[in-house]
This record gives sequence, C-alpha cells and structure tokens, in this order.
Amino acid sequence: MNVMQIAFLVLAVAAVGSAIGVVTSRNIFYSALLLIGCFFAVAGFYVLLEASFLAAVQVLIYVGAIAVLIIFAVMLTERMMSEKKRAFNEQWWVALIVSIFLVAVMLYIVVTTAWPATGAAAPADAIVALGQTLLSTYVLPFEIASVILFMALIGAIIIAREERPVGRAGEEKEVED
Amino acid sequence: MIPLSWFLIVAAILFCIGLYGALARRNAIGILMGIELMLNAVNINLIAFWRYITPEVLTGQVFAIFVITVAAAEAAIGLALIISIYRNRETVVVEEIDMMKW
Repeated sequence: MNVMQIAFLVLAVAAVGSAIGVVTSRNIFYSALLLIGCFFAVAGFYVLLEASFLAAVQVLIYVGAIAVLIIFAVMLTERMMSEKKRAFNEQWWVALIVSIFLVAVMLYIVVTTAWPATGAAAPADAIVALGQTLLSTYVLPFEIASVILFMALIGAIIIAREERPVGRAGEEKEVED
Repeated sequence: MIPLSWFLIVAAILFCIGLYGALARRNAIGILMGIELMLNAVNINLIAFWRYITPEVLTGQVFAIFVITVAAAEAAIGLALIISIYRNRETVVVEEIDMMKW
C-alpha cells in the first residue's frame, strides 16, 4: 500500500458513498449537493490517472456548469418535492435487482480478465498532444461537437422560455381573458 | 502503481448506482442525476484504459471530452424540458407526465 493506493481508496469511498446518497436521498436538493461531491471525487481519479486537463474540465464543466444547472432546476421546481412524497416508483425493486445483477456481471468480468496493462509512463506533454490530436485526427467530431453545443444552447432557451403571444413586429399583444 | 482493475471496479459500481437512480427515481431531475453518474463512470473507464493500455495515443482522452460535451448538452436540454413541463403541468414526477400515453 503506497500513498497513491490510499488516495485512490479514499476517493473511491467518497465517490461511491456520495453516489449512493445521490440516488437514495429523499430530498432532491441533498442529492444535488452530494452529486457535486461525487464529481469532485471523479476529478481526483483523473488526477491519479495523470489526466490533468480532464481533471480541470471535470471541475469546470460538471461542478461549475452541470451541477449549478441542476441546482437551478431543483430550486425552480422545489415546491412539489416535499420529503413526504415517495422518492421511488413501484418498480424500484426490479431496478435494484437489475442493477445488482449488472454490477455482479461487470465485477466478475473485471476480476477474471487479464488486462494488458503496459505500465508505460504517461507522455509529459499530454495537453499539447491532446490539442494536436483534437485538431488533426478528430477535427470533424470536434467541429460537430461545437455545433451540438450551439444547438443545445438555442434549444434550451427556446424550450425553457415563457411563451407569451407576441405581435408581428415583436411587441407584446394584449392577452384576452 | 494502482492496478487498472481498481478503476474498472469503481467505475462499474458507479455505473450501476447511476442506473438504479435513472430507473427507480420518480423525480425527473433525479433521473437526470443518475444519467450524469453513468456518464461519469464511462469517463473513468475511458481515461483508465487510456492511461494503462495506450498512453501514447490520446484517443481515450478525446472520447472523454466528447462524452463531457454531450453530457453538458443533454443536461441543458433535459433541465429546460423539465422546467417547461413544470410550468405547464405543475409536476416533475415522471409518472404524472403521461399525456402522450393512453
């Protein structure tokens, strides 16, 4: 047991514990807060795997953008979700059986397979190489990803905005009740 | 050095926790959280395989970046849909959003 392995075990306990809290907490707001803890633990895994750019992106996008979006949505819809309501649907036990079966199968495969780990050191200039790979081999998916983000931005605005009847010139029309 | 299988075990457990959340939650935001957990588990796998098997080829990191991109788009659209549904139907419980079911 060296320092890296101890750090991994601490991060693993934090990630799995907060993930269990996310799916079992009755209050959806606590779920959102625990989700942030889980994202930080996953960023710690990336640091251990020497993927420094991905660790920064994980903190910036997941914690900074997605978690804040989720908390916004929880705040805007909180009134309905009092703690007295059931958190799970009627089929929760089927979901539990499916999940436990799947995790058993995956753990069996992971443990019994001989993984061909090379043990080679990570490249020192991984961020430079990553940028060059993104803009040479994967330039088409890179551009498509930017289009996807743009369309998602426009789509989210159009779906979430309040619909008011507007006139032809853009000014608001009188709503007749 | 941490064995590769440790990362895979943690990712598998996280994936199944997220799957349970996505299948069993009644709140639509809870379902989205479960999906985010599953995507995170997939990213851990991608980065772990990159680091241990092909550290000189950066395909794993590139794919993880694309997964994060799609996750961000999915979260934005999903939460916009939830807010829109809540505004019209006063609920975010997926069992009560059944106007397209007969």
